[in-house]
Amino acid sequence: MRFLFRPPANEAAELLSLPWDRPLEEWDDRLLLEVPQRGISRHVVRFVAAGGHVYALKEIAERLARHEYALLARFEEEGLPSVSVLGICVDRPGDQQAILVTRYLEYSMSYRWLFSRPPGDHSAEQLLDTMVVLLVRLHLAGVFWGDCSLSNTLFRLDAGTLAAYLVDAETVERYPSLTPGQRNHDVDLARERVGAELLDLRFGGLLPDDIDPIEVADSLPLRYASLWDEVTREETFSPEEQQYRVAERLRRLNELGFDVGEIEIVTSPEGSRLRVETRVSEPGHNRRELFRLTGMEVQERQAQRLLNDVRAYRAWLEQRTGGPVPEPVAAHRWLAEVYQTVMAAIPPELAGRLAPAEIFHEVLTHRWLLSEQAGRDVGTAEAVRSYVANVLPRTPAEVTTPSVIAERATGR
Amino acid sequence: MASIEMKNIVKQYGDGFPAVNDVSLDIADGEFMILVGPSGCGKSTLLRMIVGLEDITSGEMIIGGKRVNDLAPRDRNLSMVFQNYALYPHMTVYENIAFPLRLAKMPDDEVRRRVTEASDVLELKDHLERKPANLSGGQRQRVAMGRAIVRQAEAFLFDEPLSNLDAKLRGQMRTEISRLQRRLGITTVYVTHDQTEAMTLGDRVCVLRKGKIQQVASPRELYEQPVNLFVAGFIGSPPMNFLPATPEGNRLKTPFGDIEIEASRASKLGGHDLLMVGIRPEYFEDASLVEEHKRPLGSTFRARVDVTEWLGDSQYAYIPYEAPEAITNQLRDLSRELDAEELRTQAIVSIDSTSRIREGREAEFWLDSRKVHVFDPETGENLTRDAEAGAELTRLATQDRVEQVEESQSRASAEQETGGATAASA
Repeated sequence: MRFLFRPPANEAAELLSLPWDRPLEEWDDRLLLEVPQRGISRHVVRFVAAGGHVYALKEIAERLARHEYALLARFEEEGLPSVSVLGICVDRPGDQQAILVTRYLEYSMSYRWLFSRPPGDHSAEQLLDTMVVLLVRLHLAGVFWGDCSLSNTLFRLDAGTLAAYLVDAETVERYPSLTPGQRNHDVDLARERVGAELLDLRFGGLLPDDIDPIEVADSLPLRYASLWDEVTREETFSPEEQQYRVAERLRRLNELGFDVGEIEIVTSPEGSRLRVETRVSEPGHNRRELFRLTGMEVQERQAQRLLNDVRAYRAWLEQRTGGPVPEPVAAHRWLAEVYQTVMAAIPPELAGRLAPAEIFHEVLTHRWLLSEQAGRDVGTAEAVRSYVANVLPRTPAEVTTPSVIAERATGR
Repeated sequence: MASIEMKNIVKQYGDGFPAVNDVSLDIADGEFMILVGPSGCGKSTLLRMIVGLEDITSGEMIIGGKRVNDLAPRDRNLSMVFQNYALYPHMTVYENIAFPLRLAKMPDDEVRRRVTEASDVLELKDHLERKPANLSGGQRQRVAMGRAIVRQAEAFLFDEPLSNLDAKLRGQMRTEISRLQRRLGITTVYVTHDQTEAMTLGDRVCVLRKGKIQQVASPRELYEQPVNLFVAGFIGSPPMNFLPATPEGNRLKTPFGDIEIEASRASKLGGHDLLMVGIRPEYFEDASLVEEHKRPLGSTFRARVDVTEWLGDSQYAYIPYEAPEAITNQLRDLSRELDAEELRTQAIVSIDSTSRIREGREAEFWLDSRKVHVFDPETGENLTRDAEAGAELTRLATQDRVEQVEESQSRASAEQETGGATAASA
């Protein structure tokens, strides 16, 4: 047998002791982790926990495993939203298929769960829009997905909004750029799959009555077309308008979740023509900034929310001490005195239902709500108490992220 | 159902590289056409141009008499089979087949008619009310085919559909696809890199190399009358053996002795000093097992056997030989191009499974000189190809196809009538 890993893969050492020579279907249940949040797969897929992390193992033909391994590794380098690949195991005895190992996307949710939640939390529209953002991003990068579906997408909360990740790259083809035919075809495939998946939920009695699978599926190509147009269209305007039109376009793109790499303005007697080159990677300015200051790794909108709180804390510190407080000092004190205090207040039985940064975001939102009701700032301590008692328990235990479940099981 | 005509199709990428170079190909209505060749030959690009996923640089793509160059994929009404294998667990097999029609808001009775028809063809009739979890591997694949059938497309397209299946299921699906194609009589284009698959499935096979068509013919014509060294080396497993040869009148001097060929064929070899003679493994035999009356039809030679391989029903002997550098280089290039591992200065010869020829010993072999072909080592051209005999083989294959389609369709309609009667009485 042969194992191929991508560094850093210290975790891989613990995985090596697994029975790779046996078919996944025959692995002892004690080695495996039951993960409720999963889509439909045509392959045998199993989950294992090692060293505090959870991995998804998928049995597929070697050619496909190598293809997917290489693609996912490249996606990660380029900052495309996808699951992270650890490695592959090939040359298994008895002519068995290869196994692809990916890192489980912690705190992610499948569409099945999102749709079966009480309406109002996250609408079908929101889910679809998130998926369309992912598809447009991939298409900009020259990625033909070939199997864009809800099952092959995972969703994560990012400060109350959703972010979508590609989880299956088996059918992906990579080109320098895509033709309109390829993009349209990919969208058609997505429409059909989403329709089928929602119909399936309907047959299983899992879809709220007010969602019409066909209507939702049919809206996908329209949503895609309008976002693609927003992101790629060239505009022409008069020189007087230039300044505000450029600013407006950039603001709109940022709102939609895209970063702009380069702007090209060509002037001619008819007016200025504006062309923007949109970055394919997820915007990450706030994420990088928070990482620099605190070492925390969170999603973009979460980072923005947390950074705002760091800044507010710094202002409060400066006011209290009457002198300037350097940013790194403020960030460290915020981490110890604010963030970690909030995290410490989460009882173990409620841990793992939401990502820590998402909890912090919800606590901030809750504090604002309570303060408004009370007509005064209630403070973080009171907000956390109320949040833990009244809000967090509403997120059901079944979404607890697998690594926390695994930790509990091993008593770590 | 429709014919597909390609006229001087070119696909050139930004860097000027022609992935498909001046391809003209007519696929008849109801024909099963295979596009085959090693990786990089342009077969998948060509398929993607038929589907509409790839822009056509120049040339005409005509489907059912209509130019489709500028039509979007969905407006070409073609069906990529096995594009969606996903089985939806809460839906019955019926709904798993029907959903593309549901999404198109087709009336229920039309959905029922089409799904019933497709499930008859696929022998899924008794499983329609089941959930897919209870289906076998083969049945699951048939559900995916059902989805393609109910769309009633102009043609079926397959892009290496079996390469991800295990060997057993692959064989099963090959039979299934072939049966289905005959039964429906639907125009089919099938891309594969596997020459065995190409030979067993297609009515005609189009062999591509570096974006150019090498030969379009029935499997038998490709096998017996290849146009060049490339086709001869690509088609057949184990592959054709190529030996260096120098002509002398009606004789070819080779490392395996002199081979005498008919005067009419020898006359085509004038002007060459060095040639390559191509001999398929089964044109050899253990000389001691050849009946007396057959012996004069070929020549015999003695050679040392390197390895023998006994497979029960057949046996192969491996015989190394010497070749001048020009030939070795040619063969090495060919091997590389065909993704073959072996360097072919070793002949693979088929001998009867009862033969007692042993490894490491010298033995006497017989070779049938009637069927050898002689190639120009520089251009690769087959100098002894009999175009008329080849065309006749393809004509016969076409005739077979037409008869098979008629037969299978008349059988199908007869079945449907009796099936209809049962349904009415039930």
